[in-house]
Amino acid sequence: MFKQLKTVYKNAEFIEKSHTLILKEDEIFEAVELTHSLGGEMLLDITIIDYLDYPSPPPKRFGLVYIIRHKDFKEYIILKTYLSEPKCLSITSIYKAADWLERECYDQYGIIFENHPNLKRILNHWQFEGFPLRKDYPVTNGQYCTQAEDLMPEMNRRLFEKGLITKDHDDQYSESLKDLMFINIGPSHPATHGTIRNFSALDGETIVSNISEIGYLHRGFEKSCENHTYNQIIPYTDRLDYCSATTNNIAFAKTVEEMLGVTLPERAVFIRVLVMELSRVINHLVCLAAQLVDMGALTNYWYLYNPRESAYTFFSKLTGARLTNSYMRIGGMSYDLYEGYEEDLKQIIKEVEAGVSDALSLCEHNRIFQDRTQDVCPISAAEAINRGLSGPNLRASGVNYDMRTASPYYHYEQFDFDVAVGSVGDIYDRIMVRFEEIKQSVRIMKQILGNIPDGKICVDNPAIVLPPKTDVYNSIEGTMNQFKLIYEGVKVPAQEYYGSIEATNGELGFYIVSNGSGYPHKVKVRAPSFLAMSAYTSMVEGSMLADAVLNLGSINIIAGEMDR
Amino acid sequence: MELDILGDSVVTTRVDHMVNWARESSLWPFVFGTACCAIEFMSTAASRHDISRFGAEVVRFSPRQADLLIVAGTISYKQAPILKQIYDQMPEPKWVISMGACACSGGFYDNYTTLQGIDEIIPVDVYVAGCPPRPESVLDALMMIQKELQNDSLSQERKKEFTGRLDNV
Repeated sequence: MFKQLKTVYKNAEFIEKSHTLILKEDEIFEAVELTHSLGGEMLLDITIIDYLDYPSPPPKRFGLVYIIRHKDFKEYIILKTYLSEPKCLSITSIYKAADWLERECYDQYGIIFENHPNLKRILNHWQFEGFPLRKDYPVTNGQYCTQAEDLMPEMNRRLFEKGLITKDHDDQYSESLKDLMFINIGPSHPATHGTIRNFSALDGETIVSNISEIGYLHRGFEKSCENHTYNQIIPYTDRLDYCSATTNNIAFAKTVEEMLGVTLPERAVFIRVLVMELSRVINHLVCLAAQLVDMGALTNYWYLYNPRESAYTFFSKLTGARLTNSYMRIGGMSYDLYEGYEEDLKQIIKEVEAGVSDALSLCEHNRIFQDRTQDVCPISAAEAINRGLSGPNLRASGVNYDMRTASPYYHYEQFDFDVAVGSVGDIYDRIMVRFEEIKQSVRIMKQILGNIPDGKICVDNPAIVLPPKTDVYNSIEGTMNQFKLIYEGVKVPAQEYYGSIEATNGELGFYIVSNGSGYPHKVKVRAPSFLAMSAYTSMVEGSMLADAVLNLGSINIIAGEMDR
Repeated sequence: MELDILGDSVVTTRVDHMVNWARESSLWPFVFGTACCAIEFMSTAASRHDISRFGAEVVRFSPRQADLLIVAGTISYKQAPILKQIYDQMPEPKWVISMGACACSGGFYDNYTTLQGIDEIIPVDVYVAGCPPRPESVLDALMMIQKELQNDSLSQERKKEFTGRLDNV
């Protein structure tokens, strides 16, 4: 994909390390089209960079970035251009995933995407004024919202496109041709798992049109990152996908380490894989527990949630916190494993296996469970890729894409495990893929236990890792080192870089723009939940209202990661 | 005619005492769970910590059936009017627990999108520190509410004087 693109755009600058091709503004749309036709079928992310107050600013203020992955899932390319004015062409005609991604760019940076079908705010509320991620917007300038947005105009427009209502000559929408009922679910409703608002038009019990409104848990992660040093960002990453906090730590730390060009000691790599797989297990456990409660199968909640409690105890022994661990640091981690961790983990594994087998024995061959999940809300493989789904949701549709095997990192190619793949892409597949992934993660953990090499847990570099406390208290060099690192942060050379790992919900990536200081210029999260939610409407339209509730549980939306 | 005809089957008490005892033993929480704290609330409700030991396991998702609002998680400015509406829909008497740093003060999200504490818009009875708080802290907050409500009296107006940022807009 790179080679062909490079031959077409000979004059364009290509940055090898970050796989970035910098194009002219008028070339970018065609380049995206070409990339798509060359097999770049998965749009990972779209983002804008505001270069105001950047140390060596390019001639234009805004940079536009597309991150696209090839359909063999081995390589990705970043297409970048500079915008002379805040507008460009929408690529929603090529990638459906672009719909919400472009809305986010408009919301946060005020970039107009021409030909976009529904360009309006997505994360911030409708009464918000200004564009918060622009560098000239003060970070603490909050704006009160006095009432929720009326979604009826958008619904009317959608119904009109579907031919369910008509317009009269004054451009007023008529009454619906069918006897439709409108129902609003959320943002405070148990079926929405937190903070999502769904507004549906029902014909009987069938959803004919649906609108999802998100942003109720938008916490300004990306803006907050710009005011913190790299290590201070670690606690913020905990709260993205808070069901598996350490995974986010690792994704962020790994990206920054790649930017710095450092390699972790073997022991640190093994510990990271161990806690990452345990996090994957407990995230799937809470997803499945909540999902089965939605279905009325309450008993499974206790079976699946109790092993999670044991994992919490392990994490609090290891890191000091149950849920939001902040365990990782740039260049390593905060603590080594404690004495007796193996026995604890073996006990947890036993409990997880018992919980999973108990839950499966209740639902796997259960007629009610199968009737409610099989062939319900399916999404085809091609559609799922086009909409940017990843992780278990994509694999349920029969796509064998797992970053742990497609582009292995941290020795994943040496572990013996299978990638769970579904066939239909319905709710049943999504649930069963998660059950299977728990078993596979347990397999990986068993291979690690007893085989963790000795050695250091952090890189040996005083410019990245804090010195031991004995040095800090007993030598001036140690004190200075600690002081400089805490006050100035880890200095990352100026560059733009995209790094990602296979997190529990899919490909979790960080696009980081550094400026040479200890503070990033910009951090953009490629959040798998965000794109899964943008596909939700297409999955539920045509199905029953009660199925839509199950579907929301099955795609495992974690609001902290979706809204950031 | 014997005077103790009713024997031990009657206990005399004050009306306030009896009503408060009933309320204390059956607080029905509405969990306004938005973020990480909601996951810790799930732990509080699950079997190891078991909130039903304190009579508060009947989690209601309709504000009209609840008398204890547990705000678990970050409240953004976008979410604020929803929270306000839920609070207003709860019948008196009602109590509010603000669970976690975000609900109490905005936590470390001092930025353009996060409400800097729910007490900007609704009154709060108990603040629980932590990010997120451990389930034990939530149970402790629940017991504080139970203790506090024993001082309530039917003869007094409970309604507090409170005007939040979203009142009268």
